Amino acid sequence: MSETSVAGAVTANAVTALGVTKRFPGVVANEDVTFEVRVGEVHALLGENGAGKTTLSNILTGLYRPDEGHLLLADRETIFESPKAAIDAGIGMVHQHFRLIPTFTVTENIILGTQPPSRRFLLDTKSAEDRIVELAEQFAMPVDPRARVWQLSVGEQQRVEILKVLYRDAQVLIMDEPTAVLTPPEAESLVTTLRSMARQGRSVIFISHKLGEVASIADRITVLRDGRSVATVEAQGSSRESLAELMVGREVTSVIRQGVGALPGAATVLTVDSLSALGDRGRPALTDVSLQVKAGEILGIAGVAGNGQRELVEVLAGLRPRTSGSIDIDGEAMERTDARHPIRMGVAYVPQDRLGTGLAPDLSIAENLILKRYRRPPISRAPFLRPSVIASEADRLMTQFDVRAPSAETPTRRLSGGNVQKVLLAREMSGAPKVLVVSSPTQGLDVGAVATVHQLLLDAAAKGVGVLLVSEDLDEVMALSDRIAVMYEGKVLACMEAAEADISRIGMLMGGADLDEGQGS
Amino acid sequence: MNDNLFIVVFAAAIYYGTPLVYAALGEILAERSGVINLGVEGMMLLGAVGACWVATSIDGPAGLVLPIAVIAAMLFAAGGALIHAFLTITLRVNQIISGLALTIFAGVAGVSSYLAGLWDLGQSPVANQFGRMDLFGWGDLPVLGPILFNQTLLTYISWLLVVLTSIYIFRTRWGLQLRAVGESPQTADSVGVAVQRSRYLHVLAGGAFAGIAGACFSLSILPTWQNGMTLGQGWIALALVIFGFWRPDLMLVGAYLFGGLSSLRYTLQARGVEIPQLFLDSLPYVMTIVVLVVVSNSAARRQLGAPAALGKPYEREER
Repeated sequence: MSETSVAGAVTANAVTALGVTKRFPGVVANEDVTFEVRVGEVHALLGENGAGKTTLSNILTGLYRPDEGHLLLADRETIFESPKAAIDAGIGMVHQHFRLIPTFTVTENIILGTQPPSRRFLLDTKSAEDRIVELAEQFAMPVDPRARVWQLSVGEQQRVEILKVLYRDAQVLIMDEPTAVLTPPEAESLVTTLRSMARQGRSVIFISHKLGEVASIADRITVLRDGRSVATVEAQGSSRESLAELMVGREVTSVIRQGVGALPGAATVLTVDSLSALGDRGRPALTDVSLQVKAGEILGIAGVAGNGQRELVEVLAGLRPRTSGSIDIDGEAMERTDARHPIRMGVAYVPQDRLGTGLAPDLSIAENLILKRYRRPPISRAPFLRPSVIASEADRLMTQFDVRAPSAETPTRRLSGGNVQKVLLAREMSGAPKVLVVSSPTQGLDVGAVATVHQLLLDAAAKGVGVLLVSEDLDEVMALSDRIAVMYEGKVLACMEAAEADISRIGMLMGGADLDEGQGS
Repeated sequence: MNDNLFIVVFAAAIYYGTPLVYAALGEILAERSGVINLGVEGMMLLGAVGACWVATSIDGPAGLVLPIAVIAAMLFAAGGALIHAFLTITLRVNQIISGLALTIFAGVAGVSSYLAGLWDLGQSPVANQFGRMDLFGWGDLPVLGPILFNQTLLTYISWLLVVLTSIYIFRTRWGLQLRAVGESPQTADSVGVAVQRSRYLHVLAGGAFAGIAGACFSLSILPTWQNGMTLGQGWIALALVIFGFWRPDLMLVGAYLFGGLSSLRYTLQARGVEIPQLFLDSLPYVMTIVVLVVVSNSAARRQLGAPAALGKPYEREER
């Protein structure tokens, strides 16, 4: 993808931010941010979590007003009084979490809140439908205007969100982490749409923290770090390494599994056989799932969020009852559904919701570190905890896992995401587990912490622990796993050696298509 | 012809179902905006006492007194609804608790009975009443005439309102906004729909409709004041909203079914049919309990098409 912008429009700017600063009590969220988005350009805002991307987009869409600096729209100074003013001025935003009403039709969702040009009293859905179909064709986003939104796939719902913005005739489209919820084929068709919007003279601001995708999608990239705009670079000719350096401010090395894998003859430590379970709403969420993990092996589970991964790890951690099937840990059957049983059997669990499910946020690091072992010596003696043992154990683990905190008494809620994850991994590994179940271990972490966590997972496998890695980040699964299983609608569609896995096949499987049957979704 | 049991039962079903139609129609509007109002029974009593007060204290031709009485009923009941709206929408009090409190506050031992005592109502039937009215002279038609066209003006207006409310909810821009507010206030807010205003307006409209339902009792069915004269029909109306899947047309069918059950004790008794009185009296309430039990499961409610944000207060995210 490397079309150039519309000829003659290259110099015109759709949006310009000059020295934009936004402070919150105790925090400067944006400081002296300067960038310009040209007409007909896909412009990426790249930055880690906490780099100020969200605040900046809230300023652009009128939710916040900048404390200092100027915002120019089509080279005219503008201050948005409200989100509505931004919409009226032609700036539209597609949020990461869609603002759609599932029971409404596509058309109803799109026209909601708009002022119809004709007929005062009754809704004129027919002409709205015509206009939606026209827009959908113009920007290569096929969608049935009469379909109900709940019937649509996530990718189609995103199209409805984009159409909602286009229907209001926005000239600038802001997209917040748009590919996070998409399968690779859906992401590709999104890129096609964004490209065609840019070709037709509209501008796209693409917010992301993924280096790879901004380099391939955007024309230019503005990198944000610690609330400041560090640089604006042409996407062409920027390497991932150079972007990562700009983003983090230092050189970063990423961890890649060097095809270690389970040793020949290693024991199977986790056997899941024909496992089924219900979801929160009482509908089947897992159907007939069978998996095996050997000691020292990392099995990656790929899939779009909401296809049964959460239910799978919860069953393994004893937090969700199964309706049928069996789980064996190192040859021993897991019988009961309660959280303590799997711990005794040697299952360690790092949940996706680190501070909610994983740790007690108000307790200290030391207390959190012993949460799974306090019942037995040496941590406790009879009914009493032994503070000196706890303190020395905490010191040992904090050093070993490189937890950076003022002291072991610091409440875990005060830690950064990366340190929270290190505390959690330290606690789980300290129980000498046979199986380690981790769910989205690096979601929301900065690049440096991601590398550390990845290394810790590889270390765990090297010690002979069987690791089950569930992640929505396909790159992560590809980089770390020995074998990869793809989940779709509660089933494991395929399980393959990582060496033989290719990203396009996995992408198709994530969308529910099995290439062996030659079916598209 | 009029002696035919079938015709008598059907005509009575519509007559006694009319207050249910008003009350349930109003509750549909409130619930479509995401606010459950369990104060229907109390608001009906407020409406009944307001209407009775006007009809008792103003002398004049029916054409003047009755409209004023109905408007008074609407205002009284909307006053009760305003309390509920303020508590639940502005203060974000639990809607169930606020609605129950409203019914207790306005109910048998509450404001409606107090006002009736203060104004000395219920001594005699009101002078001006909504009587039977032969619509377009069609009352003489065989079968349909006595069933459909020999009803009170209140019934005819209720039909018009059911049609208009259906069009409003499903075919107009405001109806679309109303449904959006009830399904996902966050989404509605993000496209510039005034969520709180919409909820206030529809809770108040729901109250006004419940007021007319009360007026049906004090101006037509009884027609005087009695403490607690609505006999729990407000609760039946709440069940009807669910029974009708939050749609005015289906609700109308349900209202006449329950109206028929309520009227059985009058129609059958008058003909000497031997069915225990207590059994007949309890029928509509037993049916209500059955309906409520069936749909009390929240999963079932979702499948029946309940507004997704029903019962949930809305607060804009301030970050």
